[in-house]
Amino acid sequence: MQFTNKGIYCPQGNFYIDPWQPVDYAVITHAHGDHARWGSKHYLAHDISRPIMQARLGADISIETLPYGESKMINGVTLSLHPAGHILGSAQVRLEYNGFVSVASGDYKVEDDQLSSPLEIVKCHEFVTESTFGLPIYNWLSQQQILDNMKNWIGGNQRNQRTSIFIAYSLGKAQRLMKGLEGVAPLLVHSSIDRLNKAIESTGLQLPETGLWYADMPKAEVQGNIVILPPSLLGTNVIKKIPNGAIAICSGWMQVRGSRRWQSADAGFAVSDHADWQGLLSTIKATGAEQVFVTHGYTATFSKYLNEIGISAREVVTQYGNDEEAENTDSEAKEEGTV
Amino acid sequence: MKHFAALIQSLEISNKTNDKIDAIVEYLKIAPDDDKLWLIALFTGRRPKRPVKSTLIREWALELSGLPEWLFLECYSNVGDLGETISLVLPPPKHHTEKTISQWMRELLELGTKTDEEKKTYVLEAWNGLDYSQRFIFNKLIGGGFRIGVSYKLLVNALSKFSGIDESKMMHSIMGKWDPLETEFAELIGGSHVNADNSKPYPFCLAYPIDKPVEELGNPEDWQAEWKWDGIRGQIIKRNDEFFVWSRGEELVTEQFPELELLAPHLPDGTVIDGEILAVKDGQVLNFNQLQKRLNRKTISKKLLEETPAGFYAYDLLEHEGSDIREKIFAERRQLLEKIIEKIPFGYVLLSPVVSFDRWEQLAVIRGEARDVNSEGIMLKARNSLYHSGRKKGDWWKWKINPLSIDAVLIYGQKGSGRRSAFYTDYTFAIKSGDQLVTIAKAYSGLTDKEIREVDKFIKANSLEKFGPVRTVKPELVFEIGFEGIAESNRHKSGVALRFPRILRWRKDKKADEINTIDDLKEMLAKYG
Repeated sequence: MQFTNKGIYCPQGNFYIDPWQPVDYAVITHAHGDHARWGSKHYLAHDISRPIMQARLGADISIETLPYGESKMINGVTLSLHPAGHILGSAQVRLEYNGFVSVASGDYKVEDDQLSSPLEIVKCHEFVTESTFGLPIYNWLSQQQILDNMKNWIGGNQRNQRTSIFIAYSLGKAQRLMKGLEGVAPLLVHSSIDRLNKAIESTGLQLPETGLWYADMPKAEVQGNIVILPPSLLGTNVIKKIPNGAIAICSGWMQVRGSRRWQSADAGFAVSDHADWQGLLSTIKATGAEQVFVTHGYTATFSKYLNEIGISAREVVTQYGNDEEAENTDSEAKEEGTV
Repeated sequence: MKHFAALIQSLEISNKTNDKIDAIVEYLKIAPDDDKLWLIALFTGRRPKRPVKSTLIREWALELSGLPEWLFLECYSNVGDLGETISLVLPPPKHHTEKTISQWMRELLELGTKTDEEKKTYVLEAWNGLDYSQRFIFNKLIGGGFRIGVSYKLLVNALSKFSGIDESKMMHSIMGKWDPLETEFAELIGGSHVNADNSKPYPFCLAYPIDKPVEELGNPEDWQAEWKWDGIRGQIIKRNDEFFVWSRGEELVTEQFPELELLAPHLPDGTVIDGEILAVKDGQVLNFNQLQKRLNRKTISKKLLEETPAGFYAYDLLEHEGSDIREKIFAERRQLLEKIIEKIPFGYVLLSPVVSFDRWEQLAVIRGEARDVNSEGIMLKARNSLYHSGRKKGDWWKWKINPLSIDAVLIYGQKGSGRRSAFYTDYTFAIKSGDQLVTIAKAYSGLTDKEIREVDKFIKANSLEKFGPVRTVKPELVFEIGFEGIAESNRHKSGVALRFPRILRWRKDKKADEINTIDDLKEMLAKYG
């Protein structure tokens, strides 16, 4: 693997993984905007990513897909996709050439979220890892504990005739919340989430039943229910107009009080689709990789620590992590337009 | 502690006053009385002395987490709070401990006398039995302050809502000297220990900045004007032959100001005077920088007493011959005050002089001279006003002079703490000295959230160097820095220290070479220092 100014490049196979500039052949780990970018001539991704990428990048893109675990030979390089546990359809890209194995993991998380296929450990010689939450302050509670906390919060809101509004990324987090909160109260989702849900369901997957939320929805149809909205709406008048709304932000950054207090919300749940500190370390160790490349996140700190504990690592400059859960939450607003 | 931790979380995240009040009321409904007392004590800064040094706490946290120190510090600079950093990096709890806040506090009070080894065992045991949010509370109980956006007023409102007791009465009740270990909750909020304590102060009446043209206050004859003094608001109390001086921060400062104790024999019993503690020399009020030398000292040298003597300028009389006279009108209270002060033979204890004026325009001119007497502006008090508890709009107004200001360039950024830890919000500014830049002030406040995000982005994109949490930034952004005073200083490279520096506005219209110079500052120093 080579790290170029267009993206991660495989010279033997002559293709890129998650390129941020248009290329001829792009292998995509998952459909988030910072990994699956517009403009390449041809894409290869997991089956579930197809309708999502078509919804986001255009129906006319040239795309072929693979299920997890199936190999494809490209110019003598054996390529296969393996579950990354990040979101539906997220994959680690395994490349093998002359017995040398490289894995580009994109984004991943360790815990099974009961929706996306859980992370598979892929033994390799070199491993490309993210480090979005690569600091020891980020250790998640179990999904069960987080869901229990959310349910308590919803219960309290219902007792006070309030509507529970969850702010979650429309691809990944939103579906995860739908699944986890199914049956607690009727679920209403924003149109951007609904659009992605439909794309996901076109692959034959079943998602929990949801209603479509719209601005100025009558009080009787919203109050006491659960509304899931994308971060672009945070702080807008649209959200303030929801009668008796209580707002919860769902993001790994909510682990730290400073980030919780910065946002004008009523609750913050540290729930993330990225691996926490322990998750990053255990995954990297389990791959047995001799060389680790650290992309987006706390790259410098995390690679320094890996080297200190005897794992050869270096940081790599990429353009990942400026969408989705990274610091700049404006990007999703741009991508999705407003309401 | 489970409920207390939940309370802290909801107080932290909400920025709506009513939600915060409701959260406190809900907590009061379920908390045992002892915990209620500790809540008031902790939220009003009545914190016992810290039983364990923070260096030790840090050392044990490093040991238990197994992290290298540099990585711990990296975490600290991202979190912005030591107690919170520790709570997040420790391994998950091994068991579950549930104790009430008052039990934790009693144990922590006892811990102070134990050996370091015993302290360590206790702290590690506690950490191992608490989840993240409770660990954080525990660490805060040991040391730092609970800075969670609960003002005194908000707490009083919540207590009042919970108990049905009037707010002004509640404010008075929870003031002064009381110990959570020796007080009953019902007695405290009911105010029945008020009379038992000779030192008990009254809540200060506070003024709002004037928010309309001064002429709209109506007839000048209905108002008394005084200088607004820049010292420490204080209350002098003499009851049953005992003498006390309180600062507005609810701190007993009697021993810090021996000059004021000389007053004791000249005051009748049952007297409470509201006024300002100031540095006064040869009949002149000195600026606040001088008074600062007198604060928080364990011993006060003879030399210091001679160089910066303290004085007291009396504003108001709250208790007369043992009766609370706050319900009398200001004009009457002032007359009674004058009679008492007349009998005091010291030139440094005076009535705060009345600034006489007939027309508002005239007063505006006088206000322009405030800096000449080291005052911050004019106070206006309605002659028929009662002495209110706390801040109440309408009867007392402060009409401050505009701050001094300079244009300076941003050169360092540091992540904030608490709510601001996600962004670079603490800035250091510089002015020109020849062709060099010299730091002049640090400022934290004055920008909107949106501007903070913008500056944060600039800092991240334009960092020249990184020292720990501090980033050196390309000197490009110019800000107007306002301040209340200027003094000579040998601690600052520039040779001057600014009082209350803050950002007045972002001068996007100015370039870095248009900022003020050290010579401009020296001129200001000569004029106002």
